[in-house]
Amino acid sequence: MTRLAYLLPLAIIGVLAVFFMIGLGRDPHLIPSVLIDKPVPDFALAALPGRGDSGLSTADLKGDVTLVDIYGSWCIACVEEHPTLLAIKKSGEVKIHGIDWRDDPKRGAQWLREKGDPYDKVGLDPAPGRTSIDFGVTGAPESFIVDAKGVIRYKYIGPITPQVWTEILLPIVRSLRK
Amino acid sequence: MKTLFGCLIVVLVMVGTAWAVNPSEKLADPVAEARAEEVGKGLRCLVCQSESIEESDADLARDLRTIVRERVVAGDSNQQILDYVVSRYGDYVLLKPPFKSTTLVLWMGPLVLLGIGILLAFSVFRRRQKIEPDLLSEDESRRLKSLIEKDKS
Repeated sequence: MTRLAYLLPLAIIGVLAVFFMIGLGRDPHLIPSVLIDKPVPDFALAALPGRGDSGLSTADLKGDVTLVDIYGSWCIACVEEHPTLLAIKKSGEVKIHGIDWRDDPKRGAQWLREKGDPYDKVGLDPAPGRTSIDFGVTGAPESFIVDAKGVIRYKYIGPITPQVWTEILLPIVRSLRK
Repeated sequence: MKTLFGCLIVVLVMVGTAWAVNPSEKLADPVAEARAEEVGKGLRCLVCQSESIEESDADLARDLRTIVRERVVAGDSNQQILDYVVSRYGDYVLLKPPFKSTTLVLWMGPLVLLGIGILLAFSVFRRRQKIEPDLLSEDESRRLKSLIEKDKS
């Protein structure tokens, strides 16, 4: 019994060490969203100048599965995911809507003209970015899969790579269509 | 050394915390501003994570400061404002985690560990008191006696 008592602190430290080791390996920026399985927030955002759409609002996210991408022309990681978004558009698998977060309208419009435009509709969300905050944004880019009823089903933090699309997002989009 | 220490304390007191709030963001009403700062200090900046939104220079923190101030002006209670942010970002956004079933280990863990430590310390000390000193063997006491006698003579 006495020997066991001496070993107890060691055992406790051992258990803590395992927890900390696991904790160290996790990315603290991947915060689980509380909005999963909740309806998309009510919003109506203005259009980007010269893009020819009417902006983006809650109604646009109902009727079919959609991918909602929060991005900005100021965001470097968004440049990284852009080719993948263009490829998704080409594949025709799902409509991508953009929320241009904290952006200058002119710069935002120019950015899409230069880099190609993967979005179906784009809404401008100027500072303080109320709609993006309603989506629980922590940084750009962040993407949400919204089902046909307008319910948020998945959130991906960070740039969408071809691998993320084929291995994570596409299977979810397809399963939601079933 | 004492003077040096004194100087250090004076300097530390004078420095305080550098808040990131821009003077232009502040509310004109000092009471409302104080309330906004109180709420903001309890909210985590999602970009830098170890700072509150009142301390952070990140754009998202500034946006949240703006929204907190709007809600204060609109007459929301502190709890209503916290609920507004938590409903979008989860409990993680609170720098002081709430006391509930999922955070029980977090809150009670240190107390439990302290209790175990106290129990262990008690049992160790009590055992130590019980140990009697080793008495000299017959042989040793005889030698001691002879040594003392030798000294006396």
